[in-house]
Amino acid sequence: MTGQDVYIVGVAMHPFGRFPEKSSLQMGTEMILAALADAQLSMKDMQVFGCGSLFENGSGQRIINELGNPGVPIYNVTNACATGAMAVRVPFMEIKAGIADVGLALGYEKMGKGGMTVPGQADMAARMAAQGGERPKKVFEPGKVPVMTEGILGTNTMPGTFAEIGMEYARNNEGVGFEQFAKVAVKSHEHSALNPYAQYRRVFTLEEVMEADIIAWPNTLPMCGPTGDGAAALVLVSGDKLKTLPDDVRKRAVKISASALYSDPYNEDNMSPSAPDVNTLTRTAADRAYEDSGVDPQDLDLVELHDCFATAELVHYDNLRLCEPGMAGKFIDEGSPYRDGKIPVNVSGGLVSKGHPIGCTGAANMVEVSMHLRGEAGDRQIEGAKVGMTHVIGLGSTCAVHILEKVTA
Amino acid sequence: MSKIPIVNYLVLDDGEPHLQAMECQNCGALTYRTPIQCGRCYTPGPFAPKKLSTQGTLRAFSVVKRGAVGNGFISAIVDFDGGGNVKANLVNGDLDNFENNKLGAPVRLVTYTVDTDDEGNEAVAFGFETV
Repeated sequence: MTGQDVYIVGVAMHPFGRFPEKSSLQMGTEMILAALADAQLSMKDMQVFGCGSLFENGSGQRIINELGNPGVPIYNVTNACATGAMAVRVPFMEIKAGIADVGLALGYEKMGKGGMTVPGQADMAARMAAQGGERPKKVFEPGKVPVMTEGILGTNTMPGTFAEIGMEYARNNEGVGFEQFAKVAVKSHEHSALNPYAQYRRVFTLEEVMEADIIAWPNTLPMCGPTGDGAAALVLVSGDKLKTLPDDVRKRAVKISASALYSDPYNEDNMSPSAPDVNTLTRTAADRAYEDSGVDPQDLDLVELHDCFATAELVHYDNLRLCEPGMAGKFIDEGSPYRDGKIPVNVSGGLVSKGHPIGCTGAANMVEVSMHLRGEAGDRQIEGAKVGMTHVIGLGSTCAVHILEKVTA
Repeated sequence: MSKIPIVNYLVLDDGEPHLQAMECQNCGALTYRTPIQCGRCYTPGPFAPKKLSTQGTLRAFSVVKRGAVGNGFISAIVDFDGGGNVKANLVNGDLDNFENNKLGAPVRLVTYTVDTDDEGNEAVAFGFETV
């Protein structure tokens, strides 16, 4: 990768959870100010702003105007669950290209309860029964059959869709089944117990995970990422700008060694839109990130990957080359992704336990890895961490993989 | 009164009910809609209908409980013999003993009425059953 080197010099992350007493504006602006303070920079220094929110797209101006706007170029970005990573990629690209030498990114979302489901049959039946009164005449015509297909043409819901993705991996690879998927959730919940930013910090046994309510088998309730509120902000600078910053900022800088972004190409194996291919684009992005950074998978000290469901995390062990091809079951069986394992994965607790405020997730996982590389991750610190990877997927689909490195000079 | 498919790629009036894909005449890529350009070869095609097999294998499934009516349903991805694939319900699967549903099991396409309008027209869906 040519162009300017890009560094993270300011980070801030709001705890994930449900905060009915706080507005999204409040959460977002608090994190921006905290990240600026961390970088010892001001709003007036900012030359570009990437603002990511799925449900409040277009809110960048509203947020900046609360903080004093130097007329900064604002990019309001969305890319489903990859939105937060898009927000970071905006200043990254401008700095890389030499257009700007300092920029700001915010990923945030306020979801409360509920979230990424489509109305189920039960919901629709209840809604129709509650409506009462006269209904319009129902007439079917070719090409115009207003029948809800959820539960008829399979599922379009996320727990089921990602369950199928896991089951496809199980079909093609030995040693993968319900128990391996459940073990992933056990690991992530155990990790989250150490993370004060996590939405949930409860530890589960394997039996508790496997015997919990079925959402979409093999995903039980503790194997599914919760909806919630969150915000994360980062300040990025060029290598030239970094040289001008105070010592205590410079020595805590984190280099973005690779930023790879891909969408999913045509794949005849996935003709139904509700059966997305999350593998091809993840593998392509990971390979590009490894190539650009010169980092080998075995060099990684920690990985924050997109485990919206436990079934998703397992397939990404393979897609991100963390295990030998086809050996993701063995990888979890041997405890490799535990914080004391071969390659610690989702030491934050991941989306499954830390939470998944959609527009925030991709920015927050970069903050998380930065905290470890700085040695500032508290009880959950991976000791001596020098290289980390972040990964997010937004269905539709988009995949962003970043490799971050501790600055040793 | 007539039987009307709930999606336009389900064909009910040409022999045995089956799914119909659109096939790029330049490269053979399959899709359920006619794109402006082919996703594989980047040409306008042209695209022509292709009848898909009614037999296939179970590639993946999930037993959906949350948000579903009654005891749930089984969402299944099926690979057709001879090419093409689709997602729909596995209508005769085991909703309680999940691992009784076998990945790779042979399945066949079936159709059934999911709703009837005020004039007696039937909306017909497709699904799969193990054979």
